[in-house]
Amino acid sequence: MLQAFVFLAAGVIAVPLASRLGLGAVLGYLIAGAVIGPFVLGLVKNPESIMHIAEFGVVMMLFLIGLELEPSVLWRMRGPILGLGGLQVVVTAGVLAAIGFYVLALTWQASIAIGLILSLSSTAIALQLLMERQHLKSESGQASFAVLLFQDIAVIPIIAFLPLLATATTKSKKAADHSGSLIGDLPDWQQAGITIAVILGIILGGRILLRPILRFIADSHLREIFTAAALMLVVGIALLMGMVGLSPALGAFIAGVVLANSEYRHELEATVEPFKALLLGLFFMSVGANIDFNLLFKEPKLITSLVVGLVAVKFILLFLLAKIYRISHSERYWFAFCLAQGGEFGFVLLNLALQSRVLGSHWVDLLTVTIALSMLSTPLLVMFNERLLQPRLKLPEHLEIGEDAKLVELQDTPVIIAGFGRFGQIVGRLLVANNIPVTVLDNNTAHIERVRAFGFKVFYGDASRADLLEVAGAATAQVLVIAIDEREKVKDIIRIVKKNYPNLKLYVRAYDMLNYQELQLLGVDHVEREMFRSSVQLGQQVLRALGMRAYQAKRKALQFVIHDEMLVDALGKIKAERGSPAFVSEARQVQEEVLELLQADRFNRHYYTDHTWERPLEDESSH
Amino acid sequence: MQRILVLLAHPAFEHSRSQSYLADAVRSLEGVKVHDLYHHYPDFMVDVMREQGLLMEHDVIVFQHPFYWYSIPALLKEWMDLVLEHGLGYGSTAVTLKGKYLMNALSAGGSRSSYQAGGLNRFTIKQLLAPFEQTANLCGMHYLEPFVVYEADSLSEKQLAQYAEQYRNSLLALQRGDTWS
Repeated sequence: MLQAFVFLAAGVIAVPLASRLGLGAVLGYLIAGAVIGPFVLGLVKNPESIMHIAEFGVVMMLFLIGLELEPSVLWRMRGPILGLGGLQVVVTAGVLAAIGFYVLALTWQASIAIGLILSLSSTAIALQLLMERQHLKSESGQASFAVLLFQDIAVIPIIAFLPLLATATTKSKKAADHSGSLIGDLPDWQQAGITIAVILGIILGGRILLRPILRFIADSHLREIFTAAALMLVVGIALLMGMVGLSPALGAFIAGVVLANSEYRHELEATVEPFKALLLGLFFMSVGANIDFNLLFKEPKLITSLVVGLVAVKFILLFLLAKIYRISHSERYWFAFCLAQGGEFGFVLLNLALQSRVLGSHWVDLLTVTIALSMLSTPLLVMFNERLLQPRLKLPEHLEIGEDAKLVELQDTPVIIAGFGRFGQIVGRLLVANNIPVTVLDNNTAHIERVRAFGFKVFYGDASRADLLEVAGAATAQVLVIAIDEREKVKDIIRIVKKNYPNLKLYVRAYDMLNYQELQLLGVDHVEREMFRSSVQLGQQVLRALGMRAYQAKRKALQFVIHDEMLVDALGKIKAERGSPAFVSEARQVQEEVLELLQADRFNRHYYTDHTWERPLEDESSH
Repeated sequence: MQRILVLLAHPAFEHSRSQSYLADAVRSLEGVKVHDLYHHYPDFMVDVMREQGLLMEHDVIVFQHPFYWYSIPALLKEWMDLVLEHGLGYGSTAVTLKGKYLMNALSAGGSRSSYQAGGLNRFTIKQLLAPFEQTANLCGMHYLEPFVVYEADSLSEKQLAQYAEQYRNSLLALQRGDTWS
């Protein structure tokens, strides 16, 4: 309890302070962690155990990344992911291994292990920094994302590969597996079989089982139960992976990808996101707390040169790769600075290397500090880039900004439809028929099941939640169609959008005339009464049935629409309270005025009527 | 300065290169209002009062349109049928349009030489536009020489830009009051 309070207090004090000073949240967390850690204030006794809990933030982050990874998005990014990401890992690992072998005089096995471990960057730090600066969708942001994605995937084979590098004659697996693996005592081939079976199980289970279970839970309409289910899912998969000795993050990632296509994706994202953010903050703090200042003071020269060397080598290689991949000049700096550090996977992999006896504990300790310090250096370097470097670079390449705007966004659509009942569906079908992609939110599972069959991408969720709107792309969409039944929720959504996304146009369905006027007053861009047009259509058909020619009936119907809208708008402008005597008398007056217009129309043929065609006979003579 | 109203009528304006060039060339001119009829009246419910008000506010009326079947697109005809009603355009109280100017600015698929006796289209554009000349006449308006883009579908960007420039200059001249008939 006390520990929790210390962490929360440190975060609450340091992060706003760091943000105010322009240092950013990540640096705030890291410094707060270092301050409360055992080497400065000593408020936290065993930061490593906290790091184990906090690593769960990384697991959740990977779950969220997996959720983002729809196969189609992955496919679109295949070039940069495989090319840029692959080259980055291979080249960086190679150069770092060569340095380890020739400069540090390590064994070739240890050199390769170090190269691989240090080639990874910190997804947590890089993405968080890019997000904080709303730079994620820029050229460098996209490239960084691609590289980090490849690294996250590359962790999997690296985890499998590291024990194979073991030089010790004793079977390294035994050492590696006492971390809680239940299958450590089985023969290798059985272990491999079980591991593959578990991964396949997650994929198949996710495909077949998870969706009905989530639907069942969602149908209960208890938000906290859905939250509990989402957390249970992530925790459960992490446990399962731990049991077979695989990375929990990998499991969560796979589960995320499996659910990326499901209708619950946005809801899951919105639910897990705050936990991820908190745990990630905790993670950053534990990284800070873990910085072994004793070791640093004992070997200041070695560690300083390791950190500087690591960051410099990674920066140079990233910069060159960015050049090869034609990332524009100023963006190259963003890209290279953001990714020039060791990653959180590095800690995990170092432990694994220690357990498999690929690396000695001395080097593991040294490199742990090195990675932590390199992570600490990144926010500073990014700040340097942002404050001092970019202003100088921006001027001659001013035109590039326009280019950036054209970059394909990860997953946003121009239109979001909230509510996909009978009304929203028709809106959606018209748009899709015109090749306009839509993101659909609905919290009625029956709607979702019905329309998914027709190839709509529908997401389960309550559209009146600000976080869900954000994930659905409200920041970049042009139009939000609101077609949900609950009138209070409609107003909630309008308020959220007016406050947070002033550029997002609101096209809203109204229940009836009063609701229409209410919505007009809230300042939405367009309101349509749900029954009005179709009722007029039917009326038009009745006019035809009574013998009116089709074209006349249509024009009469359209004229009626125009008059009625005038009347409703005029009534809506009355300030007096609805139902009060003042309102009634004003409304009567408005009605009379519009009636006059109608009368004028009917008898004098002055408004909107087809004068020339229906001109009284005596005028024909002048023609 | 003469105030100019361009009544733009093209049902598929977004697919017409020549019409876009013309409209873009004059859209930004001060004192010129380009009024896209198919955008304002998608279901042909022309707001007669509003349109008559616009006519009052301008001195030169330009019909800008493709030359569909030797005439104007349907909505512009509808506009004429509804807006140029008795009492406004002609008849005993026909004062309001008197002295104003009317011009057709059109794009045609055929060549200049096809629009002549013996050519594919047998009549000159001027002859084919007789209904408009007479409409102007009945309303007491001056009918101006039409502005014609020939072979509109096969022009190069450069030629289109030249036409657009000419069109712009014509309207500028009209604005100054340099009218011809």
